[in-house]
Amino acid sequence: MRRATIGRSVVLVLAALVGTLAWAEPARVIGVEAKRFQFTPAELTVKVGQPVTLRVTSADVTHGFYQKELGIDTEIAPGRTTEVTFTPARAGRFTVICDHFCGSGHGNMHLVVVAE
Amino acid sequence: MKAPIDRRQFLRIAGTSLGVGALYQVAPGWASRASAAETARRLARKNGEAVTPFSFVQLSDTHVGFAGPPNPTGTRAFERAVEVVNALPQQPELIFFTGDLTHDSEEQAERRRRMLRFQEIAGRLRLKARRSVPGEHDAAIDGGALYREVFGETYYAFDHRGVHFVALDNVSRPKPEVGPERLAWLRADLSRFTPTTPIVVFTHRPLFDLKPEWEWFTRDGDEVMKILSAFENVTVLYGHIHREHVHDTPGCHHVAARSLIFAFPDPDRTQDKKPLPFDPEHPFKNLGPRVVHAKSGAPPAALTLGLDDVELTMREHSGTEGFNQLLRPSTL
Repeated sequence: MRRATIGRSVVLVLAALVGTLAWAEPARVIGVEAKRFQFTPAELTVKVGQPVTLRVTSADVTHGFYQKELGIDTEIAPGRTTEVTFTPARAGRFTVICDHFCGSGHGNMHLVVVAE
Repeated sequence: MKAPIDRRQFLRIAGTSLGVGALYQVAPGWASRASAAETARRLARKNGEAVTPFSFVQLSDTHVGFAGPPNPTGTRAFERAVEVVNALPQQPELIFFTGDLTHDSEEQAERRRRMLRFQEIAGRLRLKARRSVPGEHDAAIDGGALYREVFGETYYAFDHRGVHFVALDNVSRPKPEVGPERLAWLRADLSRFTPTTPIVVFTHRPLFDLKPEWEWFTRDGDEVMKILSAFENVTVLYGHIHREHVHDTPGCHHVAARSLIFAFPDPDRTQDKKPLPFDPEHPFKNLGPRVVHAKSGAPPAALTLGLDDVELTMREHSGTEGFNQLLRPSTL
């Protein structure tokens, strides 16, 4: 009797796990290029609750990549791809800035993430 | 029994209209109260030197070398500011430049030229006690190396008439931060002072999250404020945002100065960080910061401040002719 109960529980847990895996949305992958003094694309739209992976490259110098609420805080060095994954928890416009000084136009270098 | 005096009134900073910059007058808050003499002496013993009245000026963001539509007159506002300060009947004792003395350039020789040009204009000041901190346009590109060579260290502290002044560098690292080394220096520097010591911090970027999307913040500003929270009388004077702004945190006033090159808009009213357009009819419009006055009866705070909007004006120039004079070839 007790063994049967444990068996049923194991089956239920496994079923739930499989169900979760089946329903988990894969991360959407988007390429972003940083180049003094802009990100391309300059704006992108994502879904609330859906994971997003940005593959960011630099065409010239080291740039920063920072957005506090989305938990984005990294550096984009030239010559390699930097991956940043986040999941927007709410709708809104989130401005990712270059926070690694890269020249006179640095203060206006940003990427807008629109979460809907 | 004598009435106790709020120690947070120990220092009051008052501003007086100059037409440009900000002139701060520092005086003991109870100067007119005879009953406060004993408390003043006691606090002076605790703090070291007693606070005695004096005044100083803050100018910011001169961006020498900048050329563009937001201000085709180059250094004219800066030069006019120097004239105005020199014309003050009573000269202030100190003048502070809170960063972005120069606009950056890719060429090292050009950067040096701009710094020397800044020094040439600032050298016209009658007031010789000049202090500065760098902005990111002066120092971020090379870690402050050239700035140190021309102007001296990017951070330091000194005492003046009972006030402890801290010049804090939050720009010479690639990211907008003070950094662990300078945080440790700040902690050590302030460790010898009592909580009642009046502290005035000069820095370039705001030490709080004013508008991170426009890079109007300091990544480790919270760490700085944690160190400063041990003190009751703290004022932070900064630049960077090219517009007036006042912000209070417990025990601390944060006051931004206007620029002497162009103004930024109110970030609460626009998403675009674009300079306000140049107005040929009023070429110095929005330049020159607010002026700070002391206020009595304000809520308990480290320093009691009141502000006036003051704009730099052209005394000698007017109309189209005046504007054309401003556009005379620059010697830069």
